[in-house]
This record gives sequence, structure tokens and C-alpha cells, in this order.
Amino acid sequence: MKVAYWPGCVSRGFTPELHGAMEKVAPLLDIELVELDRAACCGAGVIAEHSQELADTLNARTFALAQQTGEALMMNICSTCQGSMSECQERLDANAEYRMAINDNLRDEGLRYEKPVTNKNLAWVLVEEIGLDELAARVRRPLSGLKVGPFYGCYIVRPRERLGIDEERPRHTYLHRIIETLGGTVIDYAGQYKCCGFPIITMNKEASLRQAGRHLGDAVDAHADCLVTPCPLCHLNLDLQQPLAERVVGRELNLPVLHLPQLLGLALGLEPKELGLGRHVVKPTSVIDWSQSVVATATA
Amino acid sequence: MPSFTLKIRRYLPESGDAPFWQEFDVDLEGHRSVLEGILTAKAREDGSIGIRCSCRAAICGSCGVLINGRTRLACNTHLAEAVRESPEDGKIIVEPMNNMPVLKDLIVDMDAVHWKKIQRVTPWLLPEGPPPEREYVVPHENMVDVTQSMACIQCGACVSACLSMEVDPLFIGPAALAKAYRFVGDPRDGAQYERVKDLAEDPAGIYDCTHCFACIDACPKGVAPMSQIMRLRRVASRDHDIEDRNNGYRHEHAFVENIERNGLLHEADLLPDSYGGKLHPRAVPELIDSLPVVAKGLARRKITPGKALLHPHRRHYKDVRKLFKKVQAKDEPLELNLYIVGYEEEEEAAR
Ligand code: SF4
Ligand code: SF4
Ligand code: FES
Repeated sequence: MKVAYWPGCVSRGFTPELHGAMEKVAPLLDIELVELDRAACCGAGVIAEHSQELADTLNARTFALAQQTGEALMMNICSTCQGSMSECQERLDANAEYRMAINDNLRDEGLRYEKPVTNKNLAWVLVEEIGLDELAARVRRPLSGLKVGPFYGCYIVRPRERLGIDEERPRHTYLHRIIETLGGTVIDYAGQYKCCGFPIITMNKEASLRQAGRHLGDAVDAHADCLVTPCPLCHLNLDLQQPLAERVVGRELNLPVLHLPQLLGLALGLEPKELGLGRHVVKPTSVIDWSQSVVATATA
Repeated sequence: MPSFTLKIRRYLPESGDAPFWQEFDVDLEGHRSVLEGILTAKAREDGSIGIRCSCRAAICGSCGVLINGRTRLACNTHLAEAVRESPEDGKIIVEPMNNMPVLKDLIVDMDAVHWKKIQRVTPWLLPEGPPPEREYVVPHENMVDVTQSMACIQCGACVSACLSMEVDPLFIGPAALAKAYRFVGDPRDGAQYERVKDLAEDPAGIYDCTHCFACIDACPKGVAPMSQIMRLRRVASRDHDIEDRNNGYRHEHAFVENIERNGLLHEADLLPDSYGGKLHPRAVPELIDSLPVVAKGLARRKITPGKALLHPHRRHYKDVRKLFKKVQAKDEPLELNLYIVGYEEEEEAAR
């Protein structure tokens, strides 16, 4: 399967291990990544807050670039990209006059967005395009015994209607189902659908870190070995800022947080090091130990 | 007739006991509401169940509760739908709303939280100058602009769902801020600047919203409080250039300029710029505070100094810069509010 691939900014900036892991995992799933290297930031909601027209223009441009590749499907690996892009797409697709006006901004570059584009996060691609049976067949190192808490990120679960979440496509359960398919144990905990707090980290640091700290703490109390998230911005608050979050909530957390492609990679047989697990602030020792213990039992 | 099981969280303050769960089976058609289910249990089994309600038609805003963990109006949720969404085999879980103290069973103290916050935003018109001889004449477009916030029925569902309020009870919150926009956007109001200045400077104001969409999902009337908060921010930062002490203005501008410069987000600049630039007095303590984290990131080769200091220059981002110039040069940037214009075209299966 070939996809127009939008990695996003953070996956190549502060969490380079995310994009790196995706590149390693893709061939194991027969996904060919056609990277959109000219596309710009989705705006993460902040540009839209400043100017809706600017955000819609930037994303219409990305959609146009994706359509130019000729691939039917565009894939992203960031909840925040999914949410901000879906928001812009909703406006662009709803009104022809508006779409024309936005396309007019792109004329100089010879680009044009024709509705619709199908833009799916990796988690959606796994369930809806590849299929969980197919995924199960490719698992080389089942995550047996590994207790994983899903952390979805706001932008990929709300608002339901815009994101196409309904009974037919229960996208708010996909991480759960992926963890199960990979052989892991799903840990349900209070914070799984809540906000990591990142959007207000520069405005109200205390409230921001309290959110991260609380959800991490809830997952620790539910006995998770690690969390998995499809959002690199959540990863920043949950992993990079975890030492500060510990200070705010006044308890030790030490909970590793994996990117979705890293968890996939482990189950598909890749080594923790190849997947950049050593680059996290909270060392995923429990996960690395686990991967070694299963290798040991396999060779014993 | 089908039977439904309601699992209700009870709390009887006069008993001195902790909250407890109680289950009730009711025989009703699936298209009847959860509220009717609760009222049936109350009529047939236990008259002491506490719930507020009046209109039974999603108008009065009294019957907000948590159904299977999500804030909904009980009168606006079908039993059949609720049971399909239940995480516990076939049981509809009903609890009092979040973020407000529980008075009894499903009744929360709206006065202590919701109404107090509504009062905080001066929810009435402050007209300028002497009143006109006859009625105020207002352009149609301006009133259309505030209709979305006027659709609020004060049910408090958004307050219950708000994830910022969960960690910061002082946060003014979605309902009150949506109400604030109702007056900020009203052309008859003479205190627009004072209103947005106040809400931008308050640490619990417009910049305390964590952009989590929970209020949009919870609102039964399509008010989209978060979108109203974003419009308040636009009025504060774009129309009035209010450089607030919460870094809201600087963060937004730093972000936009960052993308304009780099095409992609260059995070190493964003943090100091959000506090007013690397040498801004505000930036220094923040950076020092973040140092252990940055140092760890460096040690783990997560943040490489090369990447942090020099963003790889990409030729084609010139096109992005041109786009920024073009759009930002417009006097009246385009804005499309789907609540007002609706979906002109059939929604296609884009998903
Ligand atoms: S978007 Fe903002 S106001 Fe709405 S629920 Fe989230 S934090 Fe609260
Ligand atoms: S904004 Fe919506 S959810 Fe909030 S109080 Fe008003 S009607 Fe209820
Ligand atoms: S009873 Fe009036 S809104 Fe539900």
C-alpha cells in the first residue's frame, strides 16, 4: 500500500524517534511512504486561533500536495495534525465558494485542493485499511505480559462527529484493539481520553503539568508498564516534561511513554534501540527488560 | 417491552453514608429517554431518587448528568442508544455531573460553580452613550455572529466536561466564556476592550483553556464554547493587541511567526519566544526551570544541539512565507462559521 505521508513537525523536531520508528515499521507492514516534504505545519489549532484563513490555506496546500502524489490515501502520525487538519477540511468541504477563495491563495504555486481528501492517522490506517487480522499475522514478538495504557490525545477523539467516530467506526477504541492485536494487555485508566495539558504549557504551566501528572499517576495506579500515544505533543508533556510533572503532583511516576510506531515495531520484531526507545526522557527500562525477557524465553 | 437496567450513583447527604450504586430495571421502549427511565424508577421503585428536570425536551437545561461517563442531557438521550454505548454489559451508568459539588444523587450545586462563573463575566449589555430615541439598529451580520453563543440553555454540560476546570477549579470555564463572547461580539456593547482585557489578563481566563474539545462534544445545543473562546482570543490579540501577562498573546504570535519563518515548527525557539524572546526577563526563569528537562533531552540525543540551534533551511518554505504574506495582508481575513452558514454541499464519504 502506498500512502501520501505527512509526518508533521514535532515528529521530526523534538520527537525524532517517532518519524524514525515509522520509517522502520512501514516496510514491515508493506506501507510505502511518499513523504510530503514541501508541506508546512498544520497549525496545531494555534494558527487557526490567530487566523482561520491562514490555517485553512496551509492545510488546503498540504491536501493539494497529497493529491498531487496520485495516492488515494494520505496518512499522518500525529493526533494533533489529524484534528487540526480535519477541522480545516470540514470547512473546505462544506462550502464551494469558500473552497474557491482558499484555492485562490494557492494559485501562484499552481496548487489546488479538490474535495475530498482521505486523511487518516496511522491508528485508523491499521484498523480500517490494513485490518487487525493482517496485523496479527505479522506479529513476531507478541506483547504478552506487557500492560499498556492507551493515551489517545484530544484531537483524535473529539469532536466525535467531525472525526467520523460512530458505531460503525468506533475510532475511540482503536488503540485498545491494536494493543490487544499485538498481544498486549490493555490497561483502562481514568485519563485515557483526557488532555495531556500541552496546549497551555506556556500559559498556565502548573495546570498543564497537573493534567499530565494526574493521568500518568492514574495509569501507574492501574499498574500499567507503559503508555502508548499516537500524538507527539502528548509525548512532550507526558515524557519530556514528566520530571516537572512529578514535582507538581508530588509523587514519583517514572512511567515510560511509547509512540504508536514504537509499540508496533516491538511487536513486529524490531529492537528497542532501533526504535529510538533510548531517546526518551523517562527510560523505558520496564519495556526493554520485557523485550529481553521474551527474547530469552524464545531462544531458551 | 424491552427492559433496561439503570445503574445510578446515589448520594443521600442526610444519611451520612458515602455515595453508593443502585440498580433499577425499567420496562420502556428504546426510543424513550434516559430521563423517563429515571422518572419511571422514581415513580415505581424509589421516590427518593433526586434529579432535576422540567421541560423533558432539551430546552430548560436542568437534567444534565453523566451517562456512561459522558455528560449529556438525560431527556435528550435515548435508552437504546445509551445501552449500546455502555461499557458495562447492558447497564446504563448514570452519575451526577463533574466539576460541581453533589447536593444529592444526580443533583449538583449549579449555584456554587456554574452560575457564579456566569456572573463573573458581566453577562449583560453595557451600552455606550445615551440610549437612542427608538430601538437600537444593529446590522444583521453582527447579530448572526453572536447567535451561536445565544443558543446556550445554561445546562452546565460543558462545565462538567471541561478538562481545564478539572485541574484548575478557578478557570472561568466554557459556558461563562461563551456567554462573554455573546456581549463582546455585540455591536451595541461599549465595553469590548475592557471585557477582553479582563479575560486575557485573568490567569483563569481565555488563556487557561487547554483546547481539548470536551465542551464542544458535550454541548447539546451546538454552542461550541471552545470556538467562542478562540474568537475571544482573536479579538483580544488581533483587534486590541493585548499583551497579556499569561503569555497568551506572545505564544500565539511566536507560534505563527515561527511557522512563517521555518515552514515547520521549530520548537527550540518557541519556548523562549513565547516568553518574549530568549533575553526577555520572563524567559530566563522559565528556561532555567526547564533546564533539567532540556539537559536530559540533550543527553538522550533527543534534542540535538544542531537541530535546536539551526533549523535545517528548506528552500521551498519560501512559498510558505509568501502565502503568509498574502493572507496576512488582507484587511478582512475570511472566516467561515459552519454553525451559521451550514453545510452547503452534501457531505461525501471523505472519511
Ligand atoms: S476546550 Fe477549553 S473550555 Fe472547552 S472543555 Fe476543553 S479546556 Fe474547557
Ligand atoms: S454552552 Fe452548551 S453545554 Fe454549555 S451550558 Fe450552554 S448549552 Fe449547556
Ligand atoms: S428536562 Fe429540560 S433539558 Fe432535560
